[in-house]
Amino acid sequence: MIVCEQLSKQFVVGLRQRKVTALQGLDLKIDAGEIFGFLGPNGAGKTTTLKILMGLIHPTSGRASLLGRPLGDVGVKQQIGFLPESPYFYDYLTADEFLLFYGQLFGMSRVELKRRIDELLDLVGLEKSRSLRLRRFSKGMLQRVGLAQALINDPQLVMLDEPMSGLDPIGRKEVRDLILHLKEQGKTVFFSSHILSDVETICNRVGILINGRLREIGSVEELLGRYGVKTVELIVEGVTGPHGERLRAMAAKSIVTGPRTWLLFDSESRVDEAVALIVNGGGRLVSLTRQKGSLEDLFVKEVALSERANQT
Amino acid sequence: MNKILVIALNTYKESIRDKLLYNLLIFALLLIGGSVILSTLTVGERSKIIIDLSLASLNLFGVLIAVFVGIGLVSKEIEKKTIYTIIAKPVHRWQFLAGKYLGLLITLAVNVGLMTVCVYAVQLAGEWTLRLELLQAVWLIYVELMIVTAVALLCSTFTTSTLAAIFTLSLYVIGHFSSSLKEFAKKVGSDSATAVANVLYYSLPNLDHFNIKGEVVHHIAVSADRVFWSTVYGLAYIAALLVLAVIIFQRRDFK
Repeated sequence: MIVCEQLSKQFVVGLRQRKVTALQGLDLKIDAGEIFGFLGPNGAGKTTTLKILMGLIHPTSGRASLLGRPLGDVGVKQQIGFLPESPYFYDYLTADEFLLFYGQLFGMSRVELKRRIDELLDLVGLEKSRSLRLRRFSKGMLQRVGLAQALINDPQLVMLDEPMSGLDPIGRKEVRDLILHLKEQGKTVFFSSHILSDVETICNRVGILINGRLREIGSVEELLGRYGVKTVELIVEGVTGPHGERLRAMAAKSIVTGPRTWLLFDSESRVDEAVALIVNGGGRLVSLTRQKGSLEDLFVKEVALSERANQT
Repeated sequence: MNKILVIALNTYKESIRDKLLYNLLIFALLLIGGSVILSTLTVGERSKIIIDLSLASLNLFGVLIAVFVGIGLVSKEIEKKTIYTIIAKPVHRWQFLAGKYLGLLITLAVNVGLMTVCVYAVQLAGEWTLRLELLQAVWLIYVELMIVTAVALLCSTFTTSTLAAIFTLSLYVIGHFSSSLKEFAKKVGSDSATAVANVLYYSLPNLDHFNIKGEVVHHIAVSADRVFWSTVYGLAYIAALLVLAVIIFQRRDFK
């Protein structure tokens, strides 16, 4: 679906023509039907990548193809939907006119468009605001109508740049559901985000881009497993005396609140021993929670590593 | 529907929903209408004053509409980032430019049409004959506006909307003095200065070709040949400007 080979982009900025590297040798392959999350802090090169793929900027070097067609092929866009970051639209148009305009750019007939616009406005929950001009829309509503325009042509590949930014929790959930709905329909979704929890819950694979370089790529499980960032949280009751002291010494962190003790273990290796100690000490295990490391931990770790590498 | 036409009609819709256009149009219509009042203050022939003033108003406000509504063609699209979603659709960049240009030509045609009706109304107030040669003058003003719009479009492809407006207005003013460059080239002693003046004379538009207001006011016949060749010159100049705009726009990055 998407193939990037050594894709790079340098921008020339200022009067002194200073060169700034936005993207360095990006190699990426995204298969049909995947939901791929592109992660990275602000300025990492996520938007640059999307803009190169959509033909908004020209790469300095490297190659890329979309649906087997090289960059610059305008015809392939017939099969692609795109939502830019913080979208700005023609605010003098109503939602209906707006979608009609974009649909006509795909050469769709008015009859076909009427059906599709009804369907999409219903999908993004804007059917009641269809006659309202976009200048009266809230940010969340603009994001939704933006998603509708990205889907007007029923695309095979959907590219979304920060689709959840600026949305409230309900709006974010709706966008997440929409992406999962697209997956059910067999579409390929490539989206960038810095809201990690969203990426973690819906993506097949993620790529982490930092300072224009792809630092990691793989499924969420793979990446987290590779780093082994796991903790185990225990809550116990009635463990006192020497048993209690030994237990607290074994844990990385512990907090005693009344009869209960909260214990945190860095790894699973000593958890069995701790459970045995609780049972032998006459205590009761209230709960045991294995906490998987989050993508956030991995992300923060990667950014820190990158910053350290830059300093040396 | 053809993609160029879709973009053109959207551009037209944008301009007719823009308050700026109405402000300019109202001023233009007031000034054209005001020429009747002003003509009563003169001792000369009233009809000449009326036609002179009303055609000048039509020309001036046509240029203002072409520049200030026209700069929104591309530079505002880039500044407001509305262009992102268009370029991401199956639309060639040249189709986008052509659509924008055509859209503004439609806007200008509608506005010039309205102003022409007003010019005829005030002309009839001065004399009871319908002067068809006014249409020749209006047509050439329209060709001039097409050039100004193409200049605005070209400037929009590489600079901000403010600079594009300044460049376009400057070129409009220079375009009416380009014959002075020819005189300058003849009189100046230095070879290099003559060469520079000649290059400027031949590369800048000579907008005097489109000004037959004086002839129309003083009942001097303007040949159809002159109107035809001025139109051909204008269209050739527009074609060159549009090709240059497409070349620049094709290479541009939308950061």
